Amino acid sequence: MNQKKSKFLVSCLIFGYAFLYIPIFLLIIYSFNYSPLLPVWGGFSTRWYTRLLESPEVWSATALSLQIAFISATVATVFGTLAGLALARLGRFRGKTVFTGMISAPLVMPEVITGLSLLLLFITLWQLTGWPEQRGMMTITIAHITFAMAYVAVIVQSRLAGTNQALEEAAMDLGAKPLRVLTDITIPMLAPGMMAGWLLAFTLSLDDLIIASFVSGPGSTTLPMLIYSRIRLGLKPDINALATILIVSVAIGVLVAGWIMLRQQKQRALLANQ
Amino acid sequence: MSTQASSDGESQVDYTHTPWLDPSATPFIQIKNINKQFGAFTAVSDVSLDIYKGELFALLGGSGCGKTTLLRMLAGFEKPSSGSILIDGVDMGGIPPYERPVNMMFQSYALFPHMNVEKNIAYGLKREGVAKAERTERTKEILNMVELAEFAKRKPHQLSGGQRQRVALARALIKRPKVLLLDEPLAALDKRLREQTQFELMNIQEKLGITFVVVTHDQEEAMTLATRIAVMDKGNFEQIGTPAQIYENPRSRFIASFIGSANLLECTVVEREGNMYSVSQSSNSQAILVEYDGDLSIGANVTVAVRPEKIRVEKRSAVSSAVADGHNQLNGIVKEMAYLGRLSTYHIVTENDVMIEVTSPNQARYRDGNHPIDWDDEVTINFAPQSAVLLTE
Repeated sequence: MNQKKSKFLVSCLIFGYAFLYIPIFLLIIYSFNYSPLLPVWGGFSTRWYTRLLESPEVWSATALSLQIAFISATVATVFGTLAGLALARLGRFRGKTVFTGMISAPLVMPEVITGLSLLLLFITLWQLTGWPEQRGMMTITIAHITFAMAYVAVIVQSRLAGTNQALEEAAMDLGAKPLRVLTDITIPMLAPGMMAGWLLAFTLSLDDLIIASFVSGPGSTTLPMLIYSRIRLGLKPDINALATILIVSVAIGVLVAGWIMLRQQKQRALLANQ
Repeated sequence: MSTQASSDGESQVDYTHTPWLDPSATPFIQIKNINKQFGAFTAVSDVSLDIYKGELFALLGGSGCGKTTLLRMLAGFEKPSSGSILIDGVDMGGIPPYERPVNMMFQSYALFPHMNVEKNIAYGLKREGVAKAERTERTKEILNMVELAEFAKRKPHQLSGGQRQRVALARALIKRPKVLLLDEPLAALDKRLREQTQFELMNIQEKLGITFVVVTHDQEEAMTLATRIAVMDKGNFEQIGTPAQIYENPRSRFIASFIGSANLLECTVVEREGNMYSVSQSSNSQAILVEYDGDLSIGANVTVAVRPEKIRVEKRSAVSSAVADGHNQLNGIVKEMAYLGRLSTYHIVTENDVMIEVTSPNQARYRDGNHPIDWDDEVTINFAPQSAVLLTE
């Protein structure tokens, strides 16, 4: 194993990661640029961050985004867990493969189409029932639940597929009724998967621009929408600062989710080996 | 061992250890014409079985023979396609697993990974609604029984395989079930631990008097543990009996070769004198004399089954009178030999080109380390007519 690392492979690695991360690092560096002109380096400064904090628009957009992300991640986790449970534990039934495939379809569906279809849904609903009267936080939240739920369901399902159904049977054998089995055994077993799913749903919702643009209404501007609209008015360095904050928070979310999944995987491997 | 006259001299028989022979005993578990289909596949096909209170009954068979499915039907995890199961006189049809008076020890133990040993064991009592004080006490009691008191606060992944097995056993026993079901209870343990645990299991079973039903693929395990064994194949019971009955009187070729090993010789009956049958493999080969109580006509096709340890082997240059005067003498050459310490196994090819397996205990000590019978030695083997079994199935 202590062979010299192949120079070719090392340069491949460097090139690949450079390709991925140089743009992001550039953005982070420029967010500390004193100069208001984007391509001109005017020295290190945090003035754009300060300006950002002073803007009420940014604050309200951030608050809205966080609220939507929190609610939609929570609801999506509940729904997604139920869907994942059903798919993993219902046994074999006609069309199971189709259903399993269908749950992951929103993962690959172009967001433009998801957004458009949801917009149509809300318009139809409004015409039929008079609700929702206007589009805003509520409609964005619902939209985010629908696509985040698919992610949670996939995570939960794969987690359940890897666990031993005998645990649930053992609980039942010891006198636990099915609902008890769910709360005593299944949910604790799924908790790490649900946590990872929640974090993923949260970051997805925080990130989303396209779907939100379709289903939002006047007065409800999420953070990504704000960034996008400002960029269209011309590039200003404070957007770099905002984007940097967003990148850092999303990265933390993804890292924590990954760490949770890795830890439980190790634990499971440990248990399986013994 | 099976029957025994009572002390007052009457002709009463004591059936304490053999309840299945007692015509007046009521079976504790009654399996009546159970059938289980998975789609087009028949896992268990129309089997009936009575198990008596206090028995340690083993369901033995290879993978896919239906033994686990039968156990799962007893536990309530699978519904029989037809037929019924009665435990202590109560029909289990429609009774869910959580209301049955049985507990199961799972093959992989299925210990709850997020609970410590104590909580795992107490879980059944908690669900039963037993008060905390009693729960603690009973858990402590059973922890002592399985010698795990100092591990009460550990999580399952911090235990060794043997310790986990004991936690699983304690968890399944704490509710004092009428029947304990054990799915391959020792399969995950290494050989030494397995042998030790076998006896522990038997002790616990005897102490508590709970009826055990064990599923296993390991015939040695079944023979050691069980009062009776049901050998399963393709969803059917091939034979039900005590270990000795099954080993000494296999009902079919399948049983003879599945339980232990046996030399199976395809023969036809050539002569009969009372219950002594003379059979031979072909017209020019030497006849084999076998004692058999059934009725077979001349020319019938049979299989002679002889256990390897029931055959004597001696060097032809030094044949003793016991072999020389005995029946069923065959000459052959040692093709393979394995010295296993307490015994040796020989593969001997006879003069009419049949391979016979013989094992013989190494009673004498070979001081110079040389085995008296070796590869390519000319040997004579023999076995008594009573040692062989005639099989027609």
